Amino acid sequence: MAAEALGWWGVPLAVGAGAIRVSTPFLFVSLGEVVTETSGRINLGLEGTLVMGAMSGYAISFYTGSPWLGVLAAGIVGSLLGALHAGICSLPKVNDIAVGIALLLFGTGLAFFLGTPFVAPQAPNLPSIPLGFWSDVPQIQAALKVNVLFFIGVAAAPLLAWALRNTGVGLMIRMVGDNAEAARAMGYSPLTVRLWATCFGGFMAGVGGSFLSLYYPGSWSEGLSSGQGIIAVALVIFARWRPMYCLWASLLFGGAGALGPALQSVGISQGYYLFNAAPYVLTLVIMIIACSPDRTLAGAPGELSITK
Amino acid sequence: MSDAPGLEVVGVTKRFGDFAALSDVSLRLHPGTVHALLGENGAGKSTLVKCIMGFYHADAGELLLDGREIKVGNPRDAQQAGIGMVYQHFTLVPSMTILENLTMGLGFRPGRIDWKVERAKLTAFLDTMPFRVPIDRPVSSLAAGEKQKAEILKQLYLQAKLLILDEPTSVLTPQEADEMLGLIRSMATAGQLTVLIITHKFREVLAFADEVTVLRRGKQVGGGKVSELSVPEMARLMVGDQASRDHAGREEREPGEVMLALTGVQALDDAGGPALQGVDLTVRRGEIVGIAGVSGNGQTALVEVLGGQRRHQGAVTVGGEPFGATREEIARHNFALLPEEPLRNACVGRMSVGENMAFRSFDRAPIGSGVWVKRGALRRHARDLVERYNVRTTGIDAPIMTLSGGNVQRAVLGRELSGEVDVLVCANPVFGLDFSAVADIHGQIVAARNRGAAVLLVSEDLDELLELADRILVMSGGAIVYETKRESADRQSIGLHMAGHA
Repeated sequence: MAAEALGWWGVPLAVGAGAIRVSTPFLFVSLGEVVTETSGRINLGLEGTLVMGAMSGYAISFYTGSPWLGVLAAGIVGSLLGALHAGICSLPKVNDIAVGIALLLFGTGLAFFLGTPFVAPQAPNLPSIPLGFWSDVPQIQAALKVNVLFFIGVAAAPLLAWALRNTGVGLMIRMVGDNAEAARAMGYSPLTVRLWATCFGGFMAGVGGSFLSLYYPGSWSEGLSSGQGIIAVALVIFARWRPMYCLWASLLFGGAGALGPALQSVGISQGYYLFNAAPYVLTLVIMIIACSPDRTLAGAPGELSITK
Repeated sequence: MSDAPGLEVVGVTKRFGDFAALSDVSLRLHPGTVHALLGENGAGKSTLVKCIMGFYHADAGELLLDGREIKVGNPRDAQQAGIGMVYQHFTLVPSMTILENLTMGLGFRPGRIDWKVERAKLTAFLDTMPFRVPIDRPVSSLAAGEKQKAEILKQLYLQAKLLILDEPTSVLTPQEADEMLGLIRSMATAGQLTVLIITHKFREVLAFADEVTVLRRGKQVGGGKVSELSVPEMARLMVGDQASRDHAGREEREPGEVMLALTGVQALDDAGGPALQGVDLTVRRGEIVGIAGVSGNGQTALVEVLGGQRRHQGAVTVGGEPFGATREEIARHNFALLPEEPLRNACVGRMSVGENMAFRSFDRAPIGSGVWVKRGALRRHARDLVERYNVRTTGIDAPIMTLSGGNVQRAVLGRELSGEVDVLVCANPVFGLDFSAVADIHGQIVAARNRGAAVLLVSEDLDELLELADRILVMSGGAIVYETKRESADRQSIGLHMAGHA
């Protein structure tokens, strides 16, 4: 076995490669959610959006033969779900968290229902860039096959961070999210801004979902997502609503998610499921560290219902 | 800068259902003057300016700006007409800098913002202004005085020529208030601004206003040039001839033994920064100790520590024993607490007035009996307190959140004072209340002192402390920095310590 050739070095390599591969959906979902939450609303339904994105992306790729059209379709479906969330939340006295949970269940259920015909057929997958061409070791070559979406996500993080500080749209989103009353007095409409911010969040989550079905693992099934959409929302809090922190946090969670398979590759199969739980344990630990009864979260948008 | 405009308000009437909030109110602001709008809470001052700003639409009456009628449908229209308002609560976005806030106020441009250009524009504007603010720090890190100045600068940056200030000095030290009002006044005198200032402080009217209009119960009851009016006249116009309940007279008495003592108390604020940095104080039987200070200097944390709402280090003792604000300790030491914003901090809004009034006593005789609560006793207790403390409510079964601020305050004070009281802690007990409620509540506090309670009174209103307290302590930066006796209290030096300048 080639894995033995690398020995224990295979573990950090697999974790690193996993960090890149597994982190991509985290990255897209959390970057979208940063924008949504910065506008003062939380969309917990992104898990449903992610699964819908995965299903519709796969389906479109299957029918058209173009995985990129699939990604686009996933984004569009995602933004429609985002618009649905924002639309319902625009009604008076509607709680965004409850709507989010409802949409989470609705999204996954709908995806399973519509996705049944696509479980068996194989749709064309997204291409990747072989960055390991310089090495003869097949593990390194495999580990350094990086999908284009990852680079788009990595580029999107600083771009979003910049845009939130240096564009009128960015400042408007922050304004609406931190003090809706002030924004209204300045003539901005919080509901409209939140509608667009939630659509954007949905778009990104949809794209993140298409990565799952079109690249890694690369097929559509009901067990495709293991709660990435939910974890990504928690990750936004961990990242203190900053896009760059989302990037680092996504890599960290991706690496944790790759721990189980990596250990299995060197022959440690005992406790495989336990190691697979690493991201969830990490979520809990982070939440405990981040929360304190005496402190409100620094950097939290003032209008957010969970921090109010 | 173009010239200050004049504004005429003619016969404005505004009804909410059957209730006439304003009836036929007229006033005239002359260009380049400071006009004070004086009145009790609920007199209609806010309603009037909201009609001017376009938040409300008057049922009758008109606005004339420089003699021409204008229609103000919403705040944006008012801004376009050059009318700007500075609200009691701050309307800058806390996480953004002043540069970002003011730039966004200019209007929406979706694309990239050239900060170099914006910064140059703002700096050039600030150079023409009499006061200065740091433009690159998030607003949340600024002191209240700086925020207030920034709010005013924002309006001026948005080309307001007519400025409405709603109780602008309530969060400032006396010096900051004088400075700010002095600057506004000088801009008016120079013909750059016309100012309408809502206030209930006669001192400010006398020092900074040219003219005054007094409102009472939605009607204009008088006014004129400030130089031709005396304080007693203005006060009479404001409250009318109705007799308010007498203050309980303060009895001369020597303070007794120490009831409440804090030694080296430290606590963190919500953001994890230091809120209390070693507070030492004692309150003895039969005295009122006042805590003065600009809001945000640890007063809130102090009251939260005493109420058991915030973790702390250092010793708090009541009656000589360590005090951790458990229910048992509160009952044993007859500890009473009237926190600020009592509807949020001391009540359950959706529960009834009667239930809220029984929060201290529902588990004790006569209301509590074993695991049962005797509804009859609870209702008798509530009816008795409603009567004794003048709580105006539709009934003891009404949810307490339906009561006005003053009546929530009365209800909580009634609950806290209904039994024996050895220690009473009050925080801003009359904030935002009208004259009769203030007199009532002050009377109750003094009466508790006369009965031998040790009273700690935290207030942002220095006049209230000078009137009630036997000793005044000044809190600044989370510590007690100054102490003075009532007889020798001097507004100037208290103010300096409040500002942390001494």
